[in-house]
Amino acid sequence: MEDMIFYDRLQFAFTITFHYIFPQLTMGLSLMIVYFKWKYLRNKIEKYNDSAKFFMKIFAINFTMGVVTGIPMEFQFGTNWAKFSELTGGIIGQTLAMEGMFSFFLESSFLALFIFGEKLMGQKLHLLTGFLVFLGSWASGWFILATNAWMQHPVGYEILENGKFVLENFSALFSNPWLLPAFLHNQLASVVTSSFVVASIGAFYILRNKQIEHGKLFLKTGVIFGLISSILVAFPTGDWNAKNVAKHQPAAFAAMEGIFETEEAGAEIVLIGQPNMVEKKLDNKIAVPNILSFLTYQDWDKQINGMDKFEKEELPDNVPALYYSYHIMVGLGTVFMGIMALAAFLLWRKKLYNIKPLLWTIMFLVPFPYIANLTGWYTAELGRQPYLVYGLLRTSDGISPTVSSGNTLFTLLGFVALYMLLGLLFLVLVGKTINEGPKSKLH
Amino acid sequence: MEIFWYISIAVVLAVFFILDGYDFGTGIIHLFFAKTEKDKEVIAKSAGLFWDSNEVWLVAAGGMLFMAFPTFYASVFSGFYLPLILVLWLIIFRAIGLELRSQFKFQMWKDIWDTSFGVSSLLLALFFGIALGNIVRGVNLGGVDNGISVHEGHYFFLPLWDGSFSPLTEHPGVIDWFTIIIGLIAVVTLAIHGANWIILKTNSSINTKLKGVIFKLNIILAILTVFSLVVWQVVNPNSLDNFGDKPYLLIFPLIYLSGLVGLFFIKKIKKDSHAFVLSSLLIVGGITSSLASLFPVILPSVNDTHEPLTIYNTAASEYGLSVGIYWGILGFLLILIYMIIQKRLMKGKVDNMDYGH
Repeated sequence: MEDMIFYDRLQFAFTITFHYIFPQLTMGLSLMIVYFKWKYLRNKIEKYNDSAKFFMKIFAINFTMGVVTGIPMEFQFGTNWAKFSELTGGIIGQTLAMEGMFSFFLESSFLALFIFGEKLMGQKLHLLTGFLVFLGSWASGWFILATNAWMQHPVGYEILENGKFVLENFSALFSNPWLLPAFLHNQLASVVTSSFVVASIGAFYILRNKQIEHGKLFLKTGVIFGLISSILVAFPTGDWNAKNVAKHQPAAFAAMEGIFETEEAGAEIVLIGQPNMVEKKLDNKIAVPNILSFLTYQDWDKQINGMDKFEKEELPDNVPALYYSYHIMVGLGTVFMGIMALAAFLLWRKKLYNIKPLLWTIMFLVPFPYIANLTGWYTAELGRQPYLVYGLLRTSDGISPTVSSGNTLFTLLGFVALYMLLGLLFLVLVGKTINEGPKSKLH
Repeated sequence: MEIFWYISIAVVLAVFFILDGYDFGTGIIHLFFAKTEKDKEVIAKSAGLFWDSNEVWLVAAGGMLFMAFPTFYASVFSGFYLPLILVLWLIIFRAIGLELRSQFKFQMWKDIWDTSFGVSSLLLALFFGIALGNIVRGVNLGGVDNGISVHEGHYFFLPLWDGSFSPLTEHPGVIDWFTIIIGLIAVVTLAIHGANWIILKTNSSINTKLKGVIFKLNIILAILTVFSLVVWQVVNPNSLDNFGDKPYLLIFPLIYLSGLVGLFFIKKIKKDSHAFVLSSLLIVGGITSSLASLFPVILPSVNDTHEPLTIYNTAASEYGLSVGIYWGILGFLLILIYMIIQKRLMKGKVDNMDYGH
């Protein structure tokens, strides 16, 4: 039973991690594509149009990967988490089915039209198709976050005697106080990823002394979008989310902040330290007193409950992983703000394109926003443990009752092998597209 | 309410098998009949340009099934654990083949990915047929062994096969001689459908030859169909009762039959799109006939201890199903609009279609 839950969780974690590499880019990138195309309509400078079309090619590769790795996500609700699906399908099935209907069709139909239809449609309609692709991909984020928000903070339901959750109020799913902050935070985080990708490709072209004009445009656009989004992702949206966790999931909050013992005169904020689960303390801790109380409640002396105030059964089952995920996300977010602020300053002083070390840094930073996005999700999901539906349905009660751990281990290994191959394919395709560059063959 | 969602899901599934069905079929034809590089290229392209938007229909069907019949979703997806995961892997493998083949220009590279595309298309068609076979045959709900249930009455688990490969044992596996026959019907049907798609969308040099292939495959299909009806009586003697009780359901087998008969005239059909419609009728007729023979059951039980799963005992709450209708209808209207727009812009042959055209 124990290893069954372990393999089920590991398989879901692995497949969702790999899957979320792709949508986090497409959501942010679609916004930037719409920007490039819109600019082109206003200034008629060809390189803006090239950029929109070039990034739509990158978008298309990521969309394809998102489709083939996304189908397993949907299937796994049934294959590995059958009891969870049976009990909650009447509720989260709504939001998941709506995602299929309202976002994927929109996204896939107009993606094809954007790529093939520029000449047929004319420029204004081409911008419109780009906008509809953006709308589709953000709608997808909205419905997934609505699903997740319900699991984090269930609303609008009723529990029947047989343990089934039934929907009582449809609109509550979308007015869930968890949803809007989480959605905005997630979407801005995906804009951070896309900004870094765009800036990184720009830096690459400049450093390679190839397609320089496009490279400069990419870098400039990436830095501006990157600065704005990496500030907004922390404040106000990250802050809202932290307050939501403190309010609705206090045990998760204590664990992610690494507070082992309650301090009555206000909680410190931990910057560095390793959770020691045996002695129930942080090793090598560096912390600043009272800041956490102030950030969370605007009150320096407000008491924040530590992990000592909660029963073991209520605490997340993997405190160190949760703590590290959260701190890696916050730490990286801070670095992003710093680098983007520096780059934006140099851009304003018209020096950015000549400062090689910074260009190299921006180029190689590209994996880190992905890591920050993923660790952000790990924070949300590990923090929700030991529940699937917070406070109501335990993770151990959600797995498929008839599937044995041997079968799950087999499929987990298969997914690992196949996704390695898929990752290779992705790198080949993206690498080739970047190498060909945005300059259209026509001019 | 249940019936609305049942029909909607059946429609979405049928559309999925018509659309993704042609690209599975394209893969099968590609595997056996495409010889020159030019043909291989254009045939792969006729699937490669469309497969991902076609698979969106599978995601939609899955989502709707999850929402409307969560107990069925949970039971069937966990019960058919291995075959479903194998389907996922094949879908991924096929996608890799389609997307990679034209990236580098040396023969060995292309051959590898062509084979991956062709073989996984073939196996997918086979597996989807086998899945349908399992649904109409039924499973050992509750895992009853010597009168004792191992699981809750609406859960089961099927191994890929049972040593006897017989659908008549107490614990039938996923693959037995009955489901294999249904699997073969799916392979032949989709091969015909894929060949029609190739004729419709490309100028490949084998288009004329493919009409002959379709004719021959259609003969095989007719034989298999008759044969499967006979063995179905052995597996489940009551399988056709629904059609006797409600004669209007006979419309569905008639749809299938019209496709089957029509395709014998493939060489006389002037418009390629008409032939494509005929093979679409095969698919629609095949799926709807199977569903209609079971209705309102959606998964029969092979034991007497547990009730079969029906649309009524697996459905979500009345309220959930009825709010769903509002957004469901809106969603269908939007999809219809997208399809009309897309159809108008993506018409014609794919041979010269590329980025920016």
